[in-house]
Amino acid sequence: MKFFKYIMVGFLFGFGAFKLEMVSFFRIYEMFLFQDFHMYGIIISGITFGIIITQLFKLGFVNTIDGEKKKFNPKAHTWPRYIIGGIIFGMGWALTGVCSGMMFVLIGSGYTVFAMFIAAAMLGTFVYGLTRSHIPH
Amino acid sequence: MDTLLEFQAFISQPWPWWAGGITIGLTLFLLLYFGKEFGLSANLRTMCAADGAGDFADFFDFDWQAQGWNLMVALGAMFGGYMAATYFAPGHIAHVSEATVASLNEISAGVPGAEFHWNAETGADVPIVPAPTLENPNVPDFWNLYSWSSLFTLRGMIIILGGGFLIGFGSRYAGGCTSGHAISGIADLQLPSLVAVISFFIGGLIMTYLFLPYILQIPI
Repeated sequence: MKFFKYIMVGFLFGFGAFKLEMVSFFRIYEMFLFQDFHMYGIIISGITFGIIITQLFKLGFVNTIDGEKKKFNPKAHTWPRYIIGGIIFGMGWALTGVCSGMMFVLIGSGYTVFAMFIAAAMLGTFVYGLTRSHIPH
Repeated sequence: MDTLLEFQAFISQPWPWWAGGITIGLTLFLLLYFGKEFGLSANLRTMCAADGAGDFADFFDFDWQAQGWNLMVALGAMFGGYMAATYFAPGHIAHVSEATVASLNEISAGVPGAEFHWNAETGADVPIVPAPTLENPNVPDFWNLYSWSSLFTLRGMIIILGGGFLIGFGSRYAGGCTSGHAISGIADLQLPSLVAVISFFIGGLIMTYLFLPYILQIPI
């Protein structure tokens, strides 16, 4: 039962993602052609709420369910990984029209071939794990 | 009963973009409140570790069971997708703009029956994803990408397996994906996350303009 609340959060996100057409190949294509505000509106409003929420936790106005102050892990300021890794991720995002959250939503929506997409993504993650000491970070 | 149907009809309308802010904000708030983070690509590392990848690389040698909560978020996202697709999204339409319909038709130009349409009253007749479903059985073959039969074509293989590999490799290399960097990281005002998201867009633009139209035109 301790997992139930996480399933509910995922449900909310997956339901919304489908309804907002964030799972849509065509919406992602449209976004990269700058032909509609829809996806940008989602990202900008998500970030706006996100900044407010994160600051509420950081400033101590809200604590976690256990009454503790939420800890945030600052990311290391080394740039090659964000630039090269980001470009590779972005190419995959535009190629399939799917990011790593949407692949789960799509399987649930009935596009079961995304089991193979997830398998390929696991292979990509595995290859990263094998090669990470040899590539620039 | 009537109230239930009204509720279903209300939810079934296309959602405006600002509903995305509420959905994402609520998701982020709840995960932070539970003492966790919002970042779905981390699950790929967890699933590799659970399959024993720790024997091959230290990167996968960690307490993956402590990440079980995030797998539950992914499981919940599947249920959410199922419910939305089955009961709350009549027609499975992507309400894209007229300009996008024209751009899609440019790629499929010359392929009989592959054209999409747009009209001022009903909008686009573009399916939410490029594959036929019960809601949308008449998707032209040219736009049938997300199906098992497509997986066994060169084009489908590149899109499904190639895209998956790039997502899996790139998200771990960059240390996060659209949820981890674009939402959680930028919301925490982390400069590395902003750099990562700008790079996502550079990669996406390279793919969209230089490669995607030609990949879609690979004969099937």
